[in-house]
Amino acid sequence: MSDDDAYPDEPAGPFPEPPATFDDREARAITVRRYDEARDRDALMTMYEAFDPADRAQGIPPTGEERIADWLDAITGPETVNVVANYGDAVVGHATLVPDEPAATAELAIFVLQEYQGAGIGTHVIETLLGAGRAAGVERVWLTVERWNDPAISLYEKVGFVASDTESFEHEMAIRLDG
Amino acid sequence: MKLLLGIGGSDDSTRALERTVERVAETGDDLTVAILRNPATEVDPATVEERTQTVLDEADMAAPVRHLDGDPGSQLVDLAEREGFDRIVLGGGETSPMGKIKLGGIAEFVLLNSHVSVTLVR
Repeated sequence: MSDDDAYPDEPAGPFPEPPATFDDREARAITVRRYDEARDRDALMTMYEAFDPADRAQGIPPTGEERIADWLDAITGPETVNVVANYGDAVVGHATLVPDEPAATAELAIFVLQEYQGAGIGTHVIETLLGAGRAAGVERVWLTVERWNDPAISLYEKVGFVASDTESFEHEMAIRLDG
Repeated sequence: MKLLLGIGGSDDSTRALERTVERVAETGDDLTVAILRNPATEVDPATVEERTQTVLDEADMAAPVRHLDGDPGSQLVDLAEREGFDRIVLGGGETSPMGKIKLGGIAEFVLLNSHVSVTLVR
């Protein structure tokens, strides 16, 4: 999203950089850290293969091994910023910033595996992603969310996103990161 | 079947035309192309018509080309309903850097208002 006026004037942050370790509301010890292709790719595939398609948004995550692999190649490629939430050896949450025009702008998406939702993991994952993004030079972040997805909209508002376009099918939100 | 394909300047609408022409070559459906003014793009109608003609020529197919002025979604639905088309065909949206499907404004209006069946080409 290229229109600078769509982003709030007031920057949000600072946000913590990875790694972050915490106990979720189910007393599970969770670590959020930067995605490491060699270490995490298989576990990330496993998470998305197990992901409930009812929670897909605008066609992502895709379904089927091949489509998931192609999509992961694209969103973990050069200039992207990715963090994963680990519980033991499993990846149970993932968030990504994919570069957009102009420079220092990125689109955000976050997914938490169904049985780990509602336990506070999403907040840590998104805050840590924004911290990692800022450290990588990202200044403006936008996302779209289904307008009926109140839990997601609340999460985004809590970390500082504001609505930038509510007239389309999808609710568009934006944040400016504290320099 | 009488098909009405709406095309503006967006890449997804050009792709929809190419795919529809391939399909029509097999089915023998009756295709009409409606050239729209999509406010989301700056491509002018003459360029859209040239592109359309190129795709039709390459497939060795003839199809009437209509020009719609004014609000594209409502004009397209109106034409389809007034002239007894069986189906409206449109581009199925662009994808964001993340890979999210974004439905265009014309498709959104047509889906919500058309009494004629609608196909979005992905």
